[in-house]
Amino acid sequence: MSRIRIHNAVKKYGNNTVISNLNLEIKDGEFFTLLGASGCGKTTLLRMIAGFNSIEGGDIYFNDTRINDMEPSRRNIGMVFQNYAIFPHLTVRENVAFGLKQKKYDKSRIAEETNQMMKAMQIDAYADRLPEKLSGGQQQRVALARALVIKPDVLLMDEPLSNLDAKLRVEMRQVIRDIQKEVGITTVYVTHDQEEAMAISDKIAVMKDGIIQHLGTPKDIYQRPKNQFVATFIGHSNMIKTYLINGEVRFTENYRVPIKMPVKRADGKIICSIRPEEFMIGNEKEEGIKGIIKNSMYLGLNTYYTIQLETGDVVEVVEESTMSDTLEPHTRVSLKVKEEKINVFDESGSLNLLRNDERHGS
Amino acid sequence: MKDNNKFRLDIWGFISIGVILVYGLFLLYPLLHLMKQSIIDPETGALSLTYFAKFFSKKYYFGTLFNSFKISLTTTVISLILGTIIAYLFARYEIKGKGLLSILIVIASMSAPFIGAYSWILLLGRSGVITTFFKNFGIIIPDIYGFVGIVLVLVMQLFPLVFLYVRGALKNVDNSLLEASQNLGCSGARCFIKIVLPIIIPTLLASGLLVFMRAFADFGTPMLIGEGYRTFPVVLYNEFISEVGGDDGFAAAIAIIAIAITTLVFLMQKYVGNRKSFSMNSLHPIEEKKANGFYNTFIHSFVYLVIGIAILPQVYVIYTSFKNVRGKIFVEGYSFNSYVSMVDKLGKSIQNTIIIPIVSLIFILFLAILIAYLVVRRRNPVTNIIDVFSMIPYIIPGTVLGIALLISFNKKPLLLSGGMLIMVVALIIRRLPYTIRSSVAILQQIPMYIEEAAISLGASKMKTFYKITVPMMAPGILSGAILSWVTMISELSTAIILYTGKTKTLTVAIYTEVIRGNYGIAAALSTVLTVLTVGSLLIFNKISNGRDIG
Repeated sequence: MSRIRIHNAVKKYGNNTVISNLNLEIKDGEFFTLLGASGCGKTTLLRMIAGFNSIEGGDIYFNDTRINDMEPSRRNIGMVFQNYAIFPHLTVRENVAFGLKQKKYDKSRIAEETNQMMKAMQIDAYADRLPEKLSGGQQQRVALARALVIKPDVLLMDEPLSNLDAKLRVEMRQVIRDIQKEVGITTVYVTHDQEEAMAISDKIAVMKDGIIQHLGTPKDIYQRPKNQFVATFIGHSNMIKTYLINGEVRFTENYRVPIKMPVKRADGKIICSIRPEEFMIGNEKEEGIKGIIKNSMYLGLNTYYTIQLETGDVVEVVEESTMSDTLEPHTRVSLKVKEEKINVFDESGSLNLLRNDERHGS
Repeated sequence: MKDNNKFRLDIWGFISIGVILVYGLFLLYPLLHLMKQSIIDPETGALSLTYFAKFFSKKYYFGTLFNSFKISLTTTVISLILGTIIAYLFARYEIKGKGLLSILIVIASMSAPFIGAYSWILLLGRSGVITTFFKNFGIIIPDIYGFVGIVLVLVMQLFPLVFLYVRGALKNVDNSLLEASQNLGCSGARCFIKIVLPIIIPTLLASGLLVFMRAFADFGTPMLIGEGYRTFPVVLYNEFISEVGGDDGFAAAIAIIAIAITTLVFLMQKYVGNRKSFSMNSLHPIEEKKANGFYNTFIHSFVYLVIGIAILPQVYVIYTSFKNVRGKIFVEGYSFNSYVSMVDKLGKSIQNTIIIPIVSLIFILFLAILIAYLVVRRRNPVTNIIDVFSMIPYIIPGTVLGIALLISFNKKPLLLSGGMLIMVVALIIRRLPYTIRSSVAILQQIPMYIEEAAISLGASKMKTFYKITVPMMAPGILSGAILSWVTMISELSTAIILYTGKTKTLTVAIYTEVIRGNYGIAAALSTVLTVLTVGSLLIFNKISNGRDIG
């Protein structure tokens, strides 16, 4: 079991710096997810930890051992690849046993541990088949078994579920989560699927352009995103440019909302980030931002509205569907926000005024 | 792995350097030596272009250039048309006995072309069986000797290559493309020309190049059947070998001109090929269907006729090997006499025909796997040089390579000529590019993450290479190796330059007997060679499990 520490890591391809001075600490036994769109550097970082990418600067430690120059084969890492990387010329059993053989364990021990792991992953029924005959989910289990059977210090997973169909994806993510908790192994997981990340992780690092934008628990990331990018990348957020006056967000002349900032701020321009479910639609006579319904979409559990505001912004609003009729386009409404839930960013969108991050840096 | 694109002196770095040294010694050095010979006056030691001047001033010499060109081009065009049509018919229609026909085509392509030439002389020569048969009815068949004969022999030998290539390419054409085309109102021959042909153009170019190079470099066929029609390799051979006035320098100059031409053709093909290639991924291969009525009969007769003609020389040679011989002519009755007299002439040629290719093959496999790995997985300036080196033998005709090796390694300390080693070296150099190319193709299909998986499980780089990479490459490489083996045992143009009494191979023995007019013995020897070839191909079929040749 290991704690992973990454200190000022740099990755360059030629003159192109992909990751610059990245710092990260992953606790022992933590399920840690690197989340981001393709090209954000998440897989690059994972492969640096695995040893398949060179490290151009900084240090990576497992516990107190610096592993920068350690051969990938000596890092004692279990890795699950996007396409599973099952050896096609070996049977399921031989695939699972491969890592143990490299450790030169005696035969009976290899056989015993292999069998145990195959049983745990429910692949013992196909032990002597060649992998080409297996379904995607079964191959996934083989890959996981093969990675875990060597009792690695760290488990690395590179988009392991992206080749499975939707239903299997949900099932396998539960399998992965359960076995990770059971073994208690430090896991670094790469995905571009935010729902998957939310469901599975203890901690998530949202990455963009080789920089960690926000590192936190799923809840923290969703509720108090560190910047405008995170707010829009995780779920959907409506961005309204407005002013901060006397500790209040001024939406219109008549609608101001007080917010609780840890540090007092001078008046000025801000960006207010409101998720669709953080609006409340009311009668046009009530207090709030006035608007006109442009569009509505009934989706069963929820109903989505697109609303043109008097401020000029167009926002998306979601409400739990009611028994009464859906509001028709052109209906005039008034919108209130759920004060404790909305987020407020500085003018550049790079700092959440409701968080107390500034002194620590990002 | 880290920084694979930078050259490092790890184990693979040493292997890279080793490979470059091998190429330098056995390919670059002989070629440079050849070049030097062609431009240095042997008496004065000064630079001189007299050899080149001599070549281009006499029609006797430079005329062979046109002859070779005409033959290669005609052969290429006809082979492409014939091979493509048959491959398309095979892909599209149900044809009875398709399996057997495929094997026959492969056998036809894998036999030595000069055996075909000599068999055609027996069939269509001045006193050939067919010629005489028709003469009895007063019909005069056109002469088999010269241009027509050479083209006939080469086409029948080389169209199967096009067939194999195109059939492979058609397997990657998705049936839905044809259906879409039909749906849009374009079917039959128009669909073939508008849709199928453009898709397989890269394949046509590649196989066309191969056919051109083979036809251009073929020595045995024009030698036997050309008579007055002299081609390049024949002049080259004569100038080099002829006992009176054999002139190494002049031969070297001719060789250099040959290389210049093949290089030009190769570059042109590459230029066109690069701009036309795109990748295909076929989920539903083209489906066979039954042609109806007249069309069905037509397809069957066409396919059977062409393949019948292609295989005819082989069959006829085997037939004549059992005929009685008096002096030099075949007479009535059958016996094993030719085989009995063959034994005296054999010497060690059967052993040589087996041992030399096997030794070569071992080296070829070893080198090809290493080089493929370097070229695919370790792209750096050094391996790029290896990549370029490995392509050079493509464009060097066998006779040229033979001469280059002979004049470079005939003095101490580099004395190899006369021994078996020089023949092994020649075969390695000539066949290596093909094996490298197929190994590279196989390796490119093996994703990098498979190797990374093995490494992350604790296997070292070398261990990953021979435990994971090589076993995954093995089936493809093995089937490629058997094909290499087949072409090596029927190789003549290099062997004819390099052999001595001790290292005579079957093909050289056959050639010598044909030249001496001992057709019975030649037929018996050819039959032995055919048995070896067919046997190897059957093993290939078994191992490759219906996988395609190419």
